[in-house]
Amino acid sequence: METENNNKPNIIEISELNKWYGDFHALKNINMSVKEGEIIVVCGPSGSGKSTLIRCVNFLEKFQEGNIVVSGTELTDDAQKIRKIRSEVAMVFQHFNLFPHLTIVDNLTLAPIWVHNETKEEAREKALKFLERVDIKEQAEKYPNQLSGGQQQRVAIARSLCTSPKIMLFDEPTSALDPEMISEVLDVMVELAKGGITMICVTHEMGFARKMANRIIFMDEGQIVEENDPINFFKNPESDRLQLFLSQILTHDE
Amino acid sequence: MAINELQSARKPPTTQIGAILWLRTNLFSSWINGLLTFASLYLLFISIPPLLDWMFLSANFNFGTVNILGFDIKFSEVMADNDSCGKEAACWPFIFEKIYMFIYGFYPREEVWRPDVFYGLTALLILIVRLVKNYKYKNRVILSMIVTYPIVSYILIAGGFGLLPVVETHQWGGLLLTLIIASVGIIISFPIGVVLALGRQSDLRVIKLFSTLFIEFIRAVPLITILFMASFVLPLFLESGTNFDKLLRALIGIALFQAAYFAEVVRGGLQAIPKGQYEAADAVGLSYFQKNALIILPQALKISIPNIVGSSISLFKDTTLVLIIGLMDMLAMVNMTSQDIYWLGRETEGYVFVTIVFWVILYSMSRYSRKLEIRFNTENKD
Repeated sequence: METENNNKPNIIEISELNKWYGDFHALKNINMSVKEGEIIVVCGPSGSGKSTLIRCVNFLEKFQEGNIVVSGTELTDDAQKIRKIRSEVAMVFQHFNLFPHLTIVDNLTLAPIWVHNETKEEAREKALKFLERVDIKEQAEKYPNQLSGGQQQRVAIARSLCTSPKIMLFDEPTSALDPEMISEVLDVMVELAKGGITMICVTHEMGFARKMANRIIFMDEGQIVEENDPINFFKNPESDRLQLFLSQILTHDE
Repeated sequence: MAINELQSARKPPTTQIGAILWLRTNLFSSWINGLLTFASLYLLFISIPPLLDWMFLSANFNFGTVNILGFDIKFSEVMADNDSCGKEAACWPFIFEKIYMFIYGFYPREEVWRPDVFYGLTALLILIVRLVKNYKYKNRVILSMIVTYPIVSYILIAGGFGLLPVVETHQWGGLLLTLIIASVGIIISFPIGVVLALGRQSDLRVIKLFSTLFIEFIRAVPLITILFMASFVLPLFLESGTNFDKLLRALIGIALFQAAYFAEVVRGGLQAIPKGQYEAADAVGLSYFQKNALIILPQALKISIPNIVGSSISLFKDTTLVLIIGLMDMLAMVNMTSQDIYWLGRETEGYVFVTIVFWVILYSMSRYSRKLEIRFNTENKD
C-alpha cells in the first residue's frame, strides 16, 4: 500500500502547528502531511493531544501558530474557507453526536440539503443507500435514542459519508461503545479504508491499526514522538515512551 | 463449572395495597404528619362550606329572562338589584349586568361583532392546534396563522385602512384588552428574547455585552417602573405634539420586559445542549444561522417549554398592572363597575369573577404545556 500512495499529492499539510489552552501547551511544533488515500492512525496516552490535532484539521479547535492546508485551502479565520473545508472533511465523534430531534434519515440528509444544496429526493435516496451500506436501512425512520451505541455510530459514519467527503476524521469512534459493538463499527471502517478514502483515525484499536494503517503516529505530551509503518511500529519501536505504551496496551491483546 | 439455565422473568413481590396503607404512607406517616393532616382538614372545613354557600347556595341568580341562542330562559320574574340581593351572599346579577364591560370594555356596542369575531378566531385557532392530529397540515396552518392572525385581529379590533370604522385604543378594555396585551406582549417579545439569548452566548464581544447589559438592566427593574417609564418618561424625550398611543407605549414596555425574561429562559435551554451538538453541526459545514435554526434552537426550545409557558403565565398575570397607567383591563373593570351608584360594594363578586376567568385561561395554558412536554419526550425516547 505504501508504494501505491507514494506518488499521490499531499491532501493535508500541517507545519509548525502550535496550540495552547490558556497557558497549557497542547500541541508542540506538529509537522505532518497526509497523502490522498492514506490511512493514518494516531495513538497515544490520554491528554497527548491526538484529538486536539485532528480537531484542528477541520477547525473545531483554533490554533495560535503554524498552518494547515487541506486540499489546497489554507485554514484561516475566514468563515467561507472554513465552511468549504468542512464540507470536504467529515468527522466521526466519540459520542456520535447525532441530532436527537431528527430521525435517522433526516440526520443524514441535513448537510446535503442545507450545505450542498441537493434536493430532498436526491439526498434521501443517497442517505438510504449509505444506510444500507452500514447495514441499518430498516432503522431510517427511528430517532437516534432508539438505537444502540454501535448502530448510532454506524449512522454517524453514514451521515459523514453523505456529503461525499475527501477526508474522514475519526475521533476515538469506538471508545464509548460496549465491547460487543466495537467490531460492527470497525467492520464499517475497514470497508471504508478499502474504498480508498483518506482517513485519519484517533483510536486505540491496535488490530485495526495493524491491518489497515499506512502509517501509525504515536503522540505524547503534545508532540509526535514516533511514526512508522505498522510492521515496524509494533516490531521495532524506537523510543522508550512508545515501548512502554505498547507494552501497556498490548499485554492483554496477545 | 455448572451452567445455569436462563431464568424467565418474574413479577416483583406484591406489597399490600389498600386504602389504609395509602392513608398511612401518605397522610399519617409520622405523628407530625398526622397533626398536619388534621390541621389541613380543619382549615378546609372552616373555609370551603362558607365559600360554597356564598358562591352558590345562598347566592342570588335572579337574572330575569335571558335570551340564549334564541331561547328565552327564565331565571326569575325580574332581575335582582343591589338592594334585593342582600349583603351576606354573592349577587351574580351584578356580573350579568356588567358582563359587557368585563369582556369588551368601552368598545362601541354597535361594533361588538368585531371583538366577537376576534374571540371566535382565537377559539378556532386553539381548536385547530389541539384537535388536528396531522402534524404536517397543522404546522402549515400554524405557520400561516402566525402571520395572518395578528394582522386580521388588528384590522378587526382597531379598524381603519378604509375597511372598518376606527375604534380608538382608549375604548378597548376588559378581557379584550387583557388578551391583547398578553398575546402581543408574548408574541413580540419571544423572537427578541431568542435573539438576546443567542447574543448573550455569542463570541462577538460587543453583541454579548449589549445583550447582557440589556437583560440584566431590565431584570433588575420591576414591571411597574418600566410601565411608568414607557407611559410618562418616554413622551418627555419625544418631540412635543407627537401623538404616541398610550397602549402602544405600554406594549413596547411590556415586550421589552418580557424579552429579557424569555432570553434567560432560552439561555437556560441553550446551555443544556451538549457541546457535541454544536461541534457536529459545525463539522458538517452548517453556517451559524443554519446551526442555530436547525440544530440548536429546536432542541433548546423544546427543553424550555415549561419555563417559556411559566414565564408567559407570569406575564399574563402581570398585565393587570397596566391599570396604574390608566389602561382599563379586566381587573380595572372591577374597580370601575363597582363604583356604579346602583351597584356599590359589589367588588368581591367582580374579583371572584375575574379570578375564575384568569384561572380557566392560565390553567389551560399550563395543562397544554405539560401535554407538549410529554409529546416531545416520546418523540425522542422509548
